[in-house]
Amino acid sequence: MAIFLTKDSKVIVQGMTGATGMKHTKLMLGDGTNIVGGVNPRKAGTSVDFDGTEVPVFGTVKEAMEATGANVSVLFVPPAFSKAAVVEAIDAEIPLAVVITEGIAVHDSAAFWAYAKSKGNKTRIIGPNCPGLITPGQSNAGIIPGDITKPGRIGLVSKSGTLTYQMMYELRDLGFSSAVGIGGDPVIGTTHIDALEAFEADPDTDLIVMIGEIGGDAEERAADYIAKHVTKPVVGYVAGFTAPEGKTMGHAGAIVSGSSGTAQAKKEALEAAGVKVGKTPTETAKLARELLTK
Amino acid sequence: MDLFEYQARDLFAKHGVPVLAGEVIDTPEAAREATEKLGGKSVVKAQVKVGGRGKAGGVKLAASTDEAVQHATNILGMDIKGHTVHKVMIAETAPEIVEEYYVSFLLDRTNRTFLSIASVEGGMEIEEVAATRPEAVAKTPIDANEGVTPEVARQIVADAKFPAEVADQIAEILQTLWKTFVAEDALLVEVNPLAKVASGKVIALDGKVSLDENADFRQPEHEALEDKDAANPLEAAAKAKNLNYVKLDGEVGIIGNGAGLVMSTLDVVAYAGENHGGVKPANFLDIGGGASAQVMANGLEIILGDADVKSVFVNVFGGITACDEVANGIVQALALLAEKGEEVTKPLVVRLDGNNAELGRKILSDANHPLVQRVDTMDGAADKAAELAAAK
Repeated sequence: MAIFLTKDSKVIVQGMTGATGMKHTKLMLGDGTNIVGGVNPRKAGTSVDFDGTEVPVFGTVKEAMEATGANVSVLFVPPAFSKAAVVEAIDAEIPLAVVITEGIAVHDSAAFWAYAKSKGNKTRIIGPNCPGLITPGQSNAGIIPGDITKPGRIGLVSKSGTLTYQMMYELRDLGFSSAVGIGGDPVIGTTHIDALEAFEADPDTDLIVMIGEIGGDAEERAADYIAKHVTKPVVGYVAGFTAPEGKTMGHAGAIVSGSSGTAQAKKEALEAAGVKVGKTPTETAKLARELLTK
Repeated sequence: MDLFEYQARDLFAKHGVPVLAGEVIDTPEAAREATEKLGGKSVVKAQVKVGGRGKAGGVKLAASTDEAVQHATNILGMDIKGHTVHKVMIAETAPEIVEEYYVSFLLDRTNRTFLSIASVEGGMEIEEVAATRPEAVAKTPIDANEGVTPEVARQIVADAKFPAEVADQIAEILQTLWKTFVAEDALLVEVNPLAKVASGKVIALDGKVSLDENADFRQPEHEALEDKDAANPLEAAAKAKNLNYVKLDGEVGIIGNGAGLVMSTLDVVAYAGENHGGVKPANFLDIGGGASAQVMANGLEIILGDADVKSVFVNVFGGITACDEVANGIVQALALLAEKGEEVTKPLVVRLDGNNAELGRKILSDANHPLVQRVDTMDGAADKAAELAAAK
């Protein structure tokens, strides 16, 4: 069954005709994703050939949904235009919008999140600044390499793209139900908690790996949620123990301010909730392996 | 990016927040003319991005132009909590202060909304007020799309229980402050103290502004606000090449792809260092997704140029990034440095996994550079890099 994305998902790509959009649409198709259209108002009515697969281009998300029944949109729209593109997806009430774009201004992401909320959150937003999500063997909505691993029974939720790949690689022989990269920005749509809730309810997931990093208090709140609502085993990893205060570590959201947002505080909160936390990605994978194969 | 007080003051003035006159200078003699312009007396304020400068002697009242020059002489070059004072602001002296308040707008990450914080207890750190008198701190969520309308402003005034005689003025100030927050793409705008003076007027006496660098594309004026004096030369060189680099204080140079993986690499190296004389990571450097050989070479050049670096750990998991590109970047960078006649003596430990890893590993093996060694696990490579740094 997996979470948020299955073989039945019909995916459109906003920004498909740009260089990044073209490259990743081709890769997603290669992973078996059912891509039913692209969106670009200037190229509406044309189509793009991806190694023999003709993908039609629509003028708006709404038109694409009406014509194809699309229920997922992946966005490769440049930062300056991302807010308008996400608002368009929300207005069309597409159930899932995956915002890959990195470098969106916080005033823009706060605005589209407030807008989604005011519309009753009919559109689930994943990202921004994320690698998207993959349900191995079924569908891939984003930029996670499809060939790292195979279908399996581990669910993964992570703030970081490359740590997602690293963890999938470490546990590649066991496989994953779904892996969701939620992004490292200060304002993100889908949180650790949303993914934990979905994995808890997913009959195809036996164990959850949660990867966090410094900044904010999302991991602490996730720990609280796990203690109260998650019965499946959870293994955690937190990056940024050695990050100094006041320095942004690559992700706009990864900054330790004062006593809050430290990796140590996050690790302690997770352990207090019964989560086994690894010291390194490799050790984390080992903990997950032990729990799943015992 | 955090701004200096004078820069915050300028932005406040630009958007209609009432402030006192002031001018920033960087030589003692300039204090004379600036103070003359203000009628012969002024406040000389150190410009540093850290709190507590008053206590440190960085804020002085000058009753004459000579005194202003004297204070400026003393304050320029002063060290305040590790920050050297390069600039002082010569500000208009404040009229008699009757009351001090606090107002700010910032991002509330937890609730994914903007937030107003307001208090009738200004003049000290708001964290301190929140700890000692939480009932005196009013937090009001602000809808990003609605903004601070006159109604919202009145709500904040009511929540914070500002006195009736300043309510209208503060409601107006909140709207202009919000305008600053939005128009400048700020992550924080803070006025502390917001002072009521003897005439009854409310004025922003000191403030903090932090700007969102992701918005630079639509804020062309923000580049000029950067503090070029404070930037570490390696950080400045990296920025000029569009590299995401942070200088740290250890000995193992780090290059990786993806913020999370690089953060994790710093941790793993620090753990490994515990077994090798306590060596630590020397930097954070994320070459990003899909990095080309050229980007890799640029990164390596920055790291090898850091005198503190004793060994280098290149840790790449190829997602979008292709490992053969990374390997080519390493080989090219070493060749480039050799051409320039710069002798490379620092050993490199390289771990490549993922996209085209086999190809990348083969390129390194074929190049057979005496300083480069491959270790194919992240923990093992970190240990090797720490060991080599400790041996130097």
